[in-house]
Amino acid sequence: MSPQPVNTRHARSVRDVVFVDGVRTPFGKAGEKGMYHGTRADDLVVKCIRELMRRNPSLPPERIDEVAIAATTQTGDQGLTIGRTAALLAGLPQSVPGFAIDRMCAGAMTAVTTTAGSIAFGAYDVVIAGGVEHMGNHPMGAGADPNPRFAAERLVDPAALNMGNTAENLHDRFPAITKERTDSYAVASQAKLAAAYAAGDIQPDLVPVAARRPSEGFTLRTTDEPPRPGTTLESLAGLRTPFRAHGRVTAGNAAGLNDGATAAVLASAQAAEELGLSVKMRLVSYAFAGVDPSVMGIGPVPATEKALAQAGLGIEDIGLFEINEAFAVQVLSFLDHYGIKDTDPRVNRYGGAIAVGHPLASSGVRLMNQLARQFEQDPSVRYGLTTMCIGLGMGGTVIWENPHHADFGKDA
Amino acid sequence: MSSRTIENFASLAALVPDEIITHSLVEDVVLPGGATLALLTLDNGFDHTKPTTLGPNTLLELHAALTAQKERAANGAIAALAVTGKPYFLVAGADLNGVKNLASPEHGAAMATLGHACYDLLADLGVPTFAFINGVALGGGLEIALACSYRTVSTGANGIGLPEAFIGLIPGWGGVYRLPRLTGPEAAMTVMIENPLNNNRSLNGAAAFKLGIADALFEPADFLEQSLLWAGNVLGGAEVPRPNAVEPNGNPGVSARWAAAAAKARAFVEAKTSNAAPAPAKVLEVFEAGASITQKESAALEIAALTEMMQTNAFHNTVYAFLDLVQKRSKRPAGAPDKKLARPVTKVGVVGAGLMAGQLALLFARNLKVPVVITDIDAARVEKGLSYIHSEVDRQLAKGRISPDAANRTKALVTGSVSKQAFADADFVIEAVFEELALKKQVFAEVEAVVSPECILATNTSSLSVTEMGRDLDNPERLVGFHFFNPVAQMPLLEIARTQWTNDTALATAFALGKSLRKTSVLVKDEAAFVVNRILLRLMGEIANAFDDGTEASVADGALRPMGLPMSPFKLLAMVGIPVAHHVSESLHAAFGERFRVSGNQQVLIENGIKSLWAPTGDGGMEIPASTLGLLEFGNTPSTSEELLVRTQDALAQEIGLMLAQGVVAGPEDIDLCMVMGAGWPMHLGGITPYLDQVGASERVNGKKFHQH
Repeated sequence: MSPQPVNTRHARSVRDVVFVDGVRTPFGKAGEKGMYHGTRADDLVVKCIRELMRRNPSLPPERIDEVAIAATTQTGDQGLTIGRTAALLAGLPQSVPGFAIDRMCAGAMTAVTTTAGSIAFGAYDVVIAGGVEHMGNHPMGAGADPNPRFAAERLVDPAALNMGNTAENLHDRFPAITKERTDSYAVASQAKLAAAYAAGDIQPDLVPVAARRPSEGFTLRTTDEPPRPGTTLESLAGLRTPFRAHGRVTAGNAAGLNDGATAAVLASAQAAEELGLSVKMRLVSYAFAGVDPSVMGIGPVPATEKALAQAGLGIEDIGLFEINEAFAVQVLSFLDHYGIKDTDPRVNRYGGAIAVGHPLASSGVRLMNQLARQFEQDPSVRYGLTTMCIGLGMGGTVIWENPHHADFGKDA
Repeated sequence: MSSRTIENFASLAALVPDEIITHSLVEDVVLPGGATLALLTLDNGFDHTKPTTLGPNTLLELHAALTAQKERAANGAIAALAVTGKPYFLVAGADLNGVKNLASPEHGAAMATLGHACYDLLADLGVPTFAFINGVALGGGLEIALACSYRTVSTGANGIGLPEAFIGLIPGWGGVYRLPRLTGPEAAMTVMIENPLNNNRSLNGAAAFKLGIADALFEPADFLEQSLLWAGNVLGGAEVPRPNAVEPNGNPGVSARWAAAAAKARAFVEAKTSNAAPAPAKVLEVFEAGASITQKESAALEIAALTEMMQTNAFHNTVYAFLDLVQKRSKRPAGAPDKKLARPVTKVGVVGAGLMAGQLALLFARNLKVPVVITDIDAARVEKGLSYIHSEVDRQLAKGRISPDAANRTKALVTGSVSKQAFADADFVIEAVFEELALKKQVFAEVEAVVSPECILATNTSSLSVTEMGRDLDNPERLVGFHFFNPVAQMPLLEIARTQWTNDTALATAFALGKSLRKTSVLVKDEAAFVVNRILLRLMGEIANAFDDGTEASVADGALRPMGLPMSPFKLLAMVGIPVAHHVSESLHAAFGERFRVSGNQQVLIENGIKSLWAPTGDGGMEIPASTLGLLEFGNTPSTSEELLVRTQDALAQEIGLMLAQGVVAGPEDIDLCMVMGAGWPMHLGGITPYLDQVGASERVNGKKFHQH
């Protein structure tokens, strides 16, 4: 008997992916003086997942198809397949799977793009994607064992494993970016964040965290610890340049070492409609690109080129930029490439990581939370992008469409 | 509280210099509505293995912290205060190790007063107070929460209750007054009387919420965050329903419920303890008085009652039995060899397939999770033994106590054989055949022919000589007594008997096994009937003698009521089984002579198949039927119950004195641990030896007390 001809393959169509909602913990300063000293990284993720479930009561927990959580260092309280452990600790049903993901600073961004790709493919309807980095518990690169071939074969300049060095290298490549410009940019970042806090633009997406430092009592962390509102050019001018004598990169024009977690709900457009979920952004395209690791900060440029090309858009179509501020020089190199002014109001309206902090693998979703809120506030903008540089010489860019725009969904 | 009284309390604190202080750590929290809440965390700086407790130094620090916050409340600096604890504990309760050393009534009263001084601050801080019950909250720990205006509780919290009636105290830091007003008097009686006297049961978070002890229930993952949010809503005017709350003052209906609940609890106490310990009745007394007085008036009664109870033998005996024996000594068995000497046990053999053998096989398979093989002389017996085990596993499965996978695993682990050859690769073989020395010796000879020279051999005999069983073995050094109590799964005691030959490897393996089986193991020397049965039989023998000598049954069987034993001697006889008791008596008589008389009347009962002296009457009472009495012969030298009580006390003191002189156990503490864990004797007797000291029996009989301090 010959088998029946099999023809179960449907014509597969790509599905639209939407950003439903995102939250984050307040970010803390890493180290013994920080507000999360004594708090576990996985607990920070759990707070985010629980808050997402509470904020989206129409989402049945058993409908979540994946929990993808990023962490750069996946040991200790960030180990043991943190996407799965966080899901279990958050009380999601056992039937909900999870995994851990790592692309250094772009961990949460990659958690979003990877699961979004699977949603588009039809593998998932709804996912949770996020990231965490407790840099107090896990200093960057701790426990890593770089292959000696990197140095022996000059594949990567060993100095490039230190991110501060790569930022100094970027200054060398772009002499037009001076320390005065980066300091000015940093002052503006602090001021914009302070203004956003004052306007209540930051707080709605923060999850309060009850935390206890050793030998202290429990308290509730409701705001970011790193910001230094009132920072002036004068106060930055005298700071040490730790990566190079008489260099340009200081603690004032770079993101600090931080603890924090983020998480977002993504869904197919159909699932969002079926379940009555909010649609804060529609995913248009995403791309990652590699560059020379010794100038990793330039990574967002080729990544953005690729993402724009995929979307069939030009840079002039982008009305809002959320660019991660690992270093001011890296932001300015991106802006210079596209001929955008340092003070362009489309860029980082709420300030950036220089002010709020950059807990490595968590930051991608913070950018998305902020872009989503700016979309809501500014329906005149149709497209925005979130982009970040990535250690070991990469960049990642995600382009989003604003559902509040008059033309939303018309010719996408 | 005046500064003068604070000084008095400071002297109190000096009496407990080694107290592990639970600190009061205060942090401000700005709630979403903008109000500032002072959050007080109770934390002793250790992890969960050292529970937080309340000693005098702790209370002084708490008092100072709350006084400072009361001032802030008055200044408008805080809108609320909340109390929570380090992970898994709100507070475990009073520091009993410290409290037991407060020897004088003055110090006891000071400790009781100090607690009220702290809790009064919580009840009257000038702003609403909250307790976030994140974990264990027992006794004074729960009373902290009850003093607050509002409470939340975690679904992850376990160990919530007021166990004072069990410990020998009363919930005298306001609990006895406040709890029934939140939950209603009936539930309060469950929490304050029934649970403590039912093996010191406690509540979990969900149950506490259901009873009305807490106003809101949150999951542990973000319990504190949600509790704070909820507190903010309450401060903002959200309603807090309390469907179970009542106030008896001026409400005849509620007062009637109070009286009815107390009457029911009183009957429960009577049935459970024969009123042998004073604390439960004292709880009821203060509870009932509380129905018609103010909280301040009740506080005075509570302080007086606590002061009185702290002086009682029952309290001190319970602390000894609970802390020193059950919690400490049971974990470090006296005389056990270095645990590193223990050999791994990867397969167990059980000789016999009867009821006891089946229980043992099940216990080994479920706890050790290694293959267990049972043997008997024919296939039918083996089959019967296996089917008993399978039906027990199915019963556990049906009750939801084990998962289907665990049931499959246990069933698959237990196999049967008619050949002892199946023991060839066993590391531990225990016999549970009929209590007859020759038979057991034959069994061990057959087993020894099959197993390795290192395989541990064990006997579950209750009264035969382990030494005699080992006399003809090639390797007698691997033989131990391994005596369980019936029902094996429930009774926590394991008497491990060593002979003159037993080596440290065998003994260490036996103790390791006992621990894996979750039993409390006590090392005993191989003397007839070891500890528990020897003491029980001596006691039952005294009663049986008096009965046989002509003492009326109700007098004989009721004479020991003041001790509050879990069951009367005749009921115990029926439960053990008259033939078994008789058999052990014979062994003891053979070993120790006339101290253990063999009752002719018991022989008659056995011959006539009578299983119990008492039988229910038509009207719900109990009597010894005329048909039974007609079979028995009685003397004409009856005793009064007073005489019989003293005689039994003296007999026990004598027997225990002899056992200690023989070196049966390392000390009187092991006797007490055995009686608490193996016979369920009450902690308010301290097991038995503290009681025998207190009633003078040990001095009368042995010329000295068991405990010198």
